[in-house]
Amino acid sequence: MTDLSVARPCRLEINGKSYVADLPPCVTLLDLLRERLDLTGTKKGCDHGQCGACTVLVDGKRVKSCLIFAVSIPDAKVITIEGLGSEGHLHPMQQAFIDRDAFQCGYCTPGQIMSAIALLEEGHTQSREEIREFMSGNLCRCGAYNGIIDAIEQVIAQQQKNRTGEAA
Amino acid sequence: MTVISTTIGQSVSRIDGFAKVTGQARYAAEPHPSGMLYGVIVNSPIARGRIETIREEAARAVPGVVEIMTHLNRPHTALFEKSYVDGLGVPGSPYRPLHDGEIRFNGQPVAVVFAETFEAAREAAMLMEVDYERWPHNADFEVALHQKYMPEKPRSNYVPPKSRGKAAEAYALSPIKVEGHYHLAPEHHNPMEMHATTVIVEDDGKFTVWDKTQGPQAVQAYLTSALSLSKDQVRVRNPYVGGAFGSGLRAQHNVFLAALAAKMLKRSVRVSLTRQQMFTHVFRPEAIMDIALGATPDGTLQSMIVEGVTDTSRFEHNMENLVVWGLINYKCPNATADYKVVPRDTYTSSDMRAPGAATGVNLFEMAIDEMAYACSMDPLTFRLHNYSDIDAMHDMPLTSKALREAMLQGAERFGWQNRPMTPGKMRDGKELIGWGMATGIWDAMFSPTSARARLTADGRLHIATAASDIGTGTYTILAQTASEAFNIPLDQIDIELGDSTLPQCPTEGGSWTAASAGAAVWLACQSLREKLFKTLGKNSNISAWLTEGLRHNTVVLQDGFLKNTDGDEAFEMSLRDALSLTGQTELEVEETAKPGLRGTISQMRKARFTHSAVFCEVRVDEELGIVRVTRLVNAVAAGRIMNPKTAASQVRGAMVMATGMALHEESLMDERVGRFMNHNFSEYHIPAHADIPDMDVLFVNEEDTEVSPLGIKGVGEIGMCGTAAAIANAIFHATGRRHYNLPIVPGD
Repeated sequence: MTDLSVARPCRLEINGKSYVADLPPCVTLLDLLRERLDLTGTKKGCDHGQCGACTVLVDGKRVKSCLIFAVSIPDAKVITIEGLGSEGHLHPMQQAFIDRDAFQCGYCTPGQIMSAIALLEEGHTQSREEIREFMSGNLCRCGAYNGIIDAIEQVIAQQQKNRTGEAA
Repeated sequence: MTVISTTIGQSVSRIDGFAKVTGQARYAAEPHPSGMLYGVIVNSPIARGRIETIREEAARAVPGVVEIMTHLNRPHTALFEKSYVDGLGVPGSPYRPLHDGEIRFNGQPVAVVFAETFEAAREAAMLMEVDYERWPHNADFEVALHQKYMPEKPRSNYVPPKSRGKAAEAYALSPIKVEGHYHLAPEHHNPMEMHATTVIVEDDGKFTVWDKTQGPQAVQAYLTSALSLSKDQVRVRNPYVGGAFGSGLRAQHNVFLAALAAKMLKRSVRVSLTRQQMFTHVFRPEAIMDIALGATPDGTLQSMIVEGVTDTSRFEHNMENLVVWGLINYKCPNATADYKVVPRDTYTSSDMRAPGAATGVNLFEMAIDEMAYACSMDPLTFRLHNYSDIDAMHDMPLTSKALREAMLQGAERFGWQNRPMTPGKMRDGKELIGWGMATGIWDAMFSPTSARARLTADGRLHIATAASDIGTGTYTILAQTASEAFNIPLDQIDIELGDSTLPQCPTEGGSWTAASAGAAVWLACQSLREKLFKTLGKNSNISAWLTEGLRHNTVVLQDGFLKNTDGDEAFEMSLRDALSLTGQTELEVEETAKPGLRGTISQMRKARFTHSAVFCEVRVDEELGIVRVTRLVNAVAAGRIMNPKTAASQVRGAMVMATGMALHEESLMDERVGRFMNHNFSEYHIPAHADIPDMDVLFVNEEDTEVSPLGIKGVGEIGMCGTAAAIANAIFHATGRRHYNLPIVPGD
């Protein structure tokens, strides 16, 4: 009656670890992470690609994991909030979010952080306005928007300082 | 005791920050008990009627489906309706999920499908077939207006409006009159985390319920009462709450259904709502306010007449304090107000951030702006001219009101003195620029609260109370409070919240948690210090300096050490060593902060409010009518500010939500089916990054020794109050056109 229970092969690298399993094709990357791998740092806020809470990096690009079927991206490298930094060494963006009070309830925060990290790679950071425009896919109902922009600018400033330091 | 540490009032970063930026913080839908079933709710597509038949065959055929719970097979629940009344105290007949086959609102759960996987449960839920007998309904607010009424028994927190003077006569005689018919669209809370419950059935059969709530003890009480469970059967936890803004004040149907299923299946279950289903329960009521103001040409208010209506369901009488705010906040010899509710065949509206005031203050402040213009007076000058130093409605003095200072300091920060009075005078290319302002007011409340303080063998201080940190910074400010009260570094403190088994704390809301839980923690820490000193004093084997010091009250706690302040030689001892000297492995106290006799007398004789002054710049595209908010300044007078960093975030967050109220948020009802149709984030727009400018929040110095034990007023709601009006007033200043409906959308 239904094909949904017919599992298909799923091969991913998640936070540096290999994941291989047969999965029903309707399992989203988000539900795979949250419900089958206990990686609950990636959040579900709408399941429709409208809020950005589920943002993860797939092959270095920010994507909404609720819009991707896990079996549809074979061999992709997935990085979630749990894959950032290491014990005792926060990623600079994570630290900046704490420093700048860039969250309140914390629910959209992993998505904002993953999105912000990708944003820096994309280079759309010439002004606060540009950062706002390119972060607008990540909603925050607590309204921590000012702090998020401050945090992103803090990391940009650190990177520039580091670059200047290296050049010198 | 001399307070040496100065932790309170410092911009400390959130102590729960690490857990939140690493994804380690676990929310309601995130524990994974073994053997857990996933529940997906099936909702009624009709607003009123009766379930005729339920056909489950197709759903049950989906592999992995374990059970389908409906009103026909659900286990026993409490017999009497009153057992389903929750802590919010909304009068009427509480909604009882899956109680019977009657449909009272569109979106009402009619079944819950449980399966081994989420995907199977979701698929099966879509295959459920339910036939209904449809009954006539009304979901049209305009039609409902003809049925407005005053509930016989009002909500317990309802403040009846109190008239003064002769408002109608004074209005008729006023040389300057303005009248407005104002409207606010219904809004949905839409916290980023959807409502969800995970019930863990423990080995002994007890339930540990992870629920998205603002009140774990309220949910615990509700579940034991409604499901006829014994009191120790249920423990409710909510250590992290992904926002709520009022949606977690009531026990929502997901928690009832999840616990009911756990009772039925004797298995751990999870029930999560979808974003669409988040539009099937609570919302900020739609509102109408008719405001008539009379004044003399010198800008002196002579009369205020306010009539307001909000909507509720057919079965409960939700009420708001909608119409009183202007009467409280403005000096005016004649004033009257009236409030009614109207019934619709929907779920019951409920409290959303600054309930009553978010609507009532903003709409009233739009009317005040119009009156200032009718008197040819600067809106700030007009407000200062009609300033009241008392609660003008109850003719009661206030514990404090630094609104004047807030208005002046906010105006200076914004540069208000450079504002041209005449609208439409500022432009940049095709954009019209407008500057507007408004004031805000919200209750400053305090509720008796208990807290536990425990010193452990490792020298750490553990604080526990059943408060909820819904993003409000409660973990952090309670740590600061404990740090100062016990004079111990922040990193030696653990805070435990969000658990119904912890000392009693009222449901988080209304901006009262900081004042209430803060006072309880302060008291518990003081009491623990006394207990430590007393216990040590009984020990004859301690050093002479300590014996002498304790006898002469010269021993203090400082930076996590006991120190002697007397004598030439400096003696000190770590808390760990001190505790081991007591011969005990830990010392513990629990204290309850109450207003006390003085506080109770003060509460009867004095009114208590938080105030603010908001200044806004907008740019309006002359051709497209698109409004952008480009600057916001909010000067807040809220008593003692525990942590300027997190407090400013609270205020800014509410200003973002108020921007949504002014420009974006509108739940659109299809009256034919009685359903809010724009039930997703692309059609219900909440402000995004690009909608929000840099916001400037300043806190006005306001020492208030009466409002609560620590002089705290709370800052959770105040940013909602006034901000939407400042935006609306700025739009008028840009365009010269008044708007009476919120949100203000292009084309209005």
